[in-house]
Amino acid sequence: MSQLAHVHQEEMSYARRLRLNRWGLWMFLVSESFMFAGLFAARFYLWGNTRPELDQTLGLVLTSILLVSSFFMNRAEVAISQGHRKEFLRSLLVTFFLGAAFLVGVVGFEWGLFLPEGPHIRPSDGAFGAVLYGMTGMHAFHVLTGLIFILVVWNLGRKGGFSPERYWGVEACAVYWHFVDLVWVFFYPALYLIGEVAKLH
Amino acid sequence: MVHLMSTALVRGLLGQAVGFLLGLVLVLAGRGLLGLDTSWEAARQPALVSAALVSVLGFMLASGMVEDWLKEMRGEPAPLRHGPPEGRPGWWRYLSVDYNHKVIGIQYGATSIILLGLAGLVAVIFRLELTKPGIEFLDPNRFNTLIGWHGIVMIAAILLGVGGMANYLIPLMVGARDMAFPRLNAFAFWINVPAVVLVVLALFWGWDTGWTGYPPLGVFSLAGIDLFYIGVFVVGLSSILGAINIIATSLGMRARGMTLFRMPIFVWAMLATSLIALTATQLIGLSFLMVVLERTFGMHFFTPILTEHAKAIGSPPGNPLLFQHLFWFYSHPAVYIFVLPGLGIISELLPVFSRKPLFGYKWVAMASMAIALVGFLVWGHHMFTSGMSDIMRVTMMWTTLLVAVPTGIKFFNWLGTMWGGKLTFPTPMLFVLGALSIFLIGGLSGPPNGTVTTDLFLHDTYWIVGHFHATMFGGFLFPYIAAVYYWFPKVTGRMYNERLGKLHFWLMTPAFWAMSLSQMMAGLWGMRRRIVDYDPALGIEPFHLVTTVAGIVIFIAMLIFVGNIVWSAVKGPVAEANPWKSRSPEFQVPSPVPEFNYDRPLVVVGDPYDYARPEPYVVFASSSAAD
Repeated sequence: MSQLAHVHQEEMSYARRLRLNRWGLWMFLVSESFMFAGLFAARFYLWGNTRPELDQTLGLVLTSILLVSSFFMNRAEVAISQGHRKEFLRSLLVTFFLGAAFLVGVVGFEWGLFLPEGPHIRPSDGAFGAVLYGMTGMHAFHVLTGLIFILVVWNLGRKGGFSPERYWGVEACAVYWHFVDLVWVFFYPALYLIGEVAKLH
Repeated sequence: MVHLMSTALVRGLLGQAVGFLLGLVLVLAGRGLLGLDTSWEAARQPALVSAALVSVLGFMLASGMVEDWLKEMRGEPAPLRHGPPEGRPGWWRYLSVDYNHKVIGIQYGATSIILLGLAGLVAVIFRLELTKPGIEFLDPNRFNTLIGWHGIVMIAAILLGVGGMANYLIPLMVGARDMAFPRLNAFAFWINVPAVVLVVLALFWGWDTGWTGYPPLGVFSLAGIDLFYIGVFVVGLSSILGAINIIATSLGMRARGMTLFRMPIFVWAMLATSLIALTATQLIGLSFLMVVLERTFGMHFFTPILTEHAKAIGSPPGNPLLFQHLFWFYSHPAVYIFVLPGLGIISELLPVFSRKPLFGYKWVAMASMAIALVGFLVWGHHMFTSGMSDIMRVTMMWTTLLVAVPTGIKFFNWLGTMWGGKLTFPTPMLFVLGALSIFLIGGLSGPPNGTVTTDLFLHDTYWIVGHFHATMFGGFLFPYIAAVYYWFPKVTGRMYNERLGKLHFWLMTPAFWAMSLSQMMAGLWGMRRRIVDYDPALGIEPFHLVTTVAGIVIFIAMLIFVGNIVWSAVKGPVAEANPWKSRSPEFQVPSPVPEFNYDRPLVVVGDPYDYARPEPYVVFASSSAAD
């Protein structure tokens, strides 16, 4: 056992651990982007040059909320890297609430859960319904996991789990959040802007 | 008994059972609250989907796999557990969550061999049915369920086998203590277990699409198909996480002096494989998820069904061809996920048993990368008869035939390696040579399928069955068996029985040739795939008889193999540290490999396969300073 204990002490240095973690995270995002690209391709395969009639104001508001949330996420990361813990926690919370607002907007209004008359397009409405709910649903699922991630990081940060030298958890959370944001930058035009609105029959 | 009950396997399976019931209850209760029909007939489909998903969660929570992560999320310290658990018998860690890459490699390997046996047994059952025309003892639905099960379980077995070799060998080969992410490594193994349980459960309800799960049939298939889709989805997740780990380990944890072109060639092969697994796997997961969504929520991605409301808003219809594009974007590169590690094993073993350098090392390494990259551009050759445009068909034909170039480079480099070498023929070398002969059959029967004109005739016949069994046996199974025999003394510290190994080889190889060629002949004479019955007027009964008998011989040979390794692991004679006089670093340490692989850091000072020179490939640094 003495030899085991000896080897045990030679854990990897933090710098090396950090480098490997970064590779792991970015590879995961590369992998995820293939899945999102598959959905993106499905949209063009099935919809072609048409798109359904969607609430343009809602789409624009949701997109703005998500983009602004990325700004606050960046603020949070910069703040912890400079040791401003209060500001870090505050920015993280702002990001969380903006993300939550986006999620409520998609599920409550785009999907019509909060609308008395229900959604304009239902999941079973041909390729329009399938792709719209498929793309927004998969993205919303990632927003949801991102929100949980933010809460976990916020909680750890509150307990003093990060320092200006060691804040890998914050970095991972921020990169993931920006990635989810970036996916929406592709999905928003694909769903709301590209193609002609289909004629109503 | 107390020990057995405390293993992750048993706890996980109990958790999975609880999760399964919980998932059923969730849906039934939810439907009751919403005022929907709660009869089993109406609620079965969503209930099974929910049960499958919750059961996987149940397994992972109950097995204790995620405990460390949950602790870290709460901010509690969770240092990595090292070494064998105290107060437990030796076998305990192999059925439990353990972070040592060698334990995980053995877990992967053992699971893969168990699944190979089960899927092989199923093949014997439906081969008996096919020996004579007419329906003897399997009704069409059951037959279709079994062929689909055989296909998908074999694929899972191969993925697990690849994972076993990669996890055991890569840290040893690059001179690391462990994989880059040990917990993720254990997670990627353990999540396979509930997935396999789901695929086994799927047998109970059955499904009739075969392993591809094509819609529209997949959308209207029997109830077992949801468990099949979700099981495969989860295996895919494991494959992606494994790929992340392998790439990070082989690029980020190499020993001092190990430049890219001084890595053992198997590491190159795994790197190429992992690039495919990392990216393409998402697409089969997505396509299966979309079918489950279509079945559960009526989201018509793949069936051209338009409701009145859909017509009113001018929606275009769904399209089953979309599924085939997404599915084959993974499932064609997937065959390179299976064969590239196998070809890597061939390249790794040939120099050892020829006592010569690997001929054209850089070309072999780059050929793996080329196969991986070209593999992304060929998926359409599975769809020549499905109504794809002519431009796509001809483009895909050219890219498909292009695969022959890097594969041919590998083949001629192997011949060059053996040329003029001092060849010896222990069991691993026999299986490598058997692999070459079988991969040649598989490779040469490929271009007729890749060419549009001939494929129109061959598509969906037994010719295809013969072709891909030859590529899988030659590209994966034979090299895998060679690898098991070759590293067996390193893993267990004991030697397998050479006579039984030779018997295994001489039973299996001729039987495989007979099986593959008779399958191809039956196909040329008009036998269709995935059909339980055939017309006696075709005159193909002799081919079917040969296929069945050969299949049974292969099964018996594999039983001898399993008996040999199990018996030898316990009772075999003690092996030397380096029975093959290999230059590879793992053979420079005692057998079985110590808990932390190398107690002093490796330094690479030579080339991996330079058997002509006395200088070693690696030396051990005198100080124990890490990093």
